[in-house]
Amino acid sequence: MPDKLLTVSHLNKSYGKKPVLHDINLEVEKASVTVLLGPSGSGKSTLIRCLNGLEDFQSGQIDFMDQTIKPGFKKWQPIRQHIGMVFQSYDLFPNRTVLDNILLGPLKVQKRDKHEATEQAMQLLKEVQLADYANVYPRQLSGGQKQRIAIVRALALKPEFMLFDEVTASLDPEMVRGVLEVMLQLAHQKMTMLVVTHEMNFAQQIADQVLFLEAGKIVEASSGQTFFTQPKTERAQEFLNSMAF
Amino acid sequence: MAHSGINILFEGRNFTRLLGGLWISAKIAVIAIILGILLGIIFGALRTLHNPVLRFVLRIYLEFFRIVPTVVLLFLFYYILPKNFNMNLGAETVAILVFTLWVAAEMSDIVRGGLISVPPHQVEAGEAIGLNRLQLYYYVLLPQSIKLMIPATINLTSRVIKTTSLLLLISVMDVINIGQQIIEANSQHYQNGAFWVYGFIFILYFILCYPLSLWARHIERKELAENA
Repeated sequence: MPDKLLTVSHLNKSYGKKPVLHDINLEVEKASVTVLLGPSGSGKSTLIRCLNGLEDFQSGQIDFMDQTIKPGFKKWQPIRQHIGMVFQSYDLFPNRTVLDNILLGPLKVQKRDKHEATEQAMQLLKEVQLADYANVYPRQLSGGQKQRIAIVRALALKPEFMLFDEVTASLDPEMVRGVLEVMLQLAHQKMTMLVVTHEMNFAQQIADQVLFLEAGKIVEASSGQTFFTQPKTERAQEFLNSMAF
Repeated sequence: MAHSGINILFEGRNFTRLLGGLWISAKIAVIAIILGILLGIIFGALRTLHNPVLRFVLRIYLEFFRIVPTVVLLFLFYYILPKNFNMNLGAETVAILVFTLWVAAEMSDIVRGGLISVPPHQVEAGEAIGLNRLQLYYYVLLPQSIKLMIPATINLTSRVIKTTSLLLLISVMDVINIGQQIIEANSQHYQNGAFWVYGFIFILYFILCYPLSLWARHIERKELAENA
């Protein structure tokens, strides 16, 4: 029996009367990659944001590591140190250098030793080929470089779990590859990941598990290979056809 | 006997008395600005929290100090506090108190405006790395909004300095009050003393405020150039 890192059971969320997530159940095994697919507005981003408390939910529960999270949960702060999140719009802090962006969490949240944290940050920067950029400001970087820095910033907390919310969606096409390669490399290093993406080829390569969302429901959950070669539901079939070109 | 009116400034200790008055005005302004800015940052930050009661109270406070003329505030505090609350404060203390509360009110609006102009994504990025609320303000929100707040804060500073000219109304020995005393005491020999004394005070205020206004303009231009 492989270890579970995250279990979501019967999670419901609505904005006012409008339901956005309906009876979500999912499990994420340690060292696995789960890809969330689905048309825009299907609730993928909302779901991923529920998992580190950027959105609340009305019923159901989330079990992460040894913590049970119910609606109205307030103590996200310690949990977030175990969950790295990367956003579509990078959201680096423009007033801090690359290195200061990366070190903010390790030094101020985790109160780690500055020397040790800096060493780790430089090592991570080397792994994403940006070691020379430690002391520049985000505005001097390209979108792809910013996004790789944002990944490093999340990794610097030594998280158990990484969330990627459409991280290549606002990049120029030629920048996408570099970011996806970093994510692939992470998967090979056995990082547990949950990825929202529209890059189908990448999804097929990286996914151990695919969850297909539509209108706030998980319509199909299958292993990576099965989903792309033999989708069970008609909706998933249509979706895959619409994405193929 | 023909003499130049400008000499009124140099009769006896007039010159040092005027500078002494300016010192009092500047001292009150500086203390009120420093205390008011610190208090205003706290109030401004509190006004961005989602606590409706707190927001309402601070909003009322701001509107009170913005709507009521400063003279009225000075009179209120100077005459009503001692009588109805049995607090005997000196005129200078009352002046500092009123100006501090006024600066804090105006500053809270500047700070709030700056803070809410930081994109919400920045807050989420900060939350995602585990920052607590205080750390979010200190490391993410304030540093990014301070640039936006500086020009308005400098303008507020020069308004405060100018408004110290009202302090004679509650008998603070400020530069205007001393100027009037000098004009009255020398009215026999210097018929147009008012011209020279007020002219001199004009120059003093100008020297205090004009650099501030230049500085604010410089920062605003720099900001525009950086964002271009």
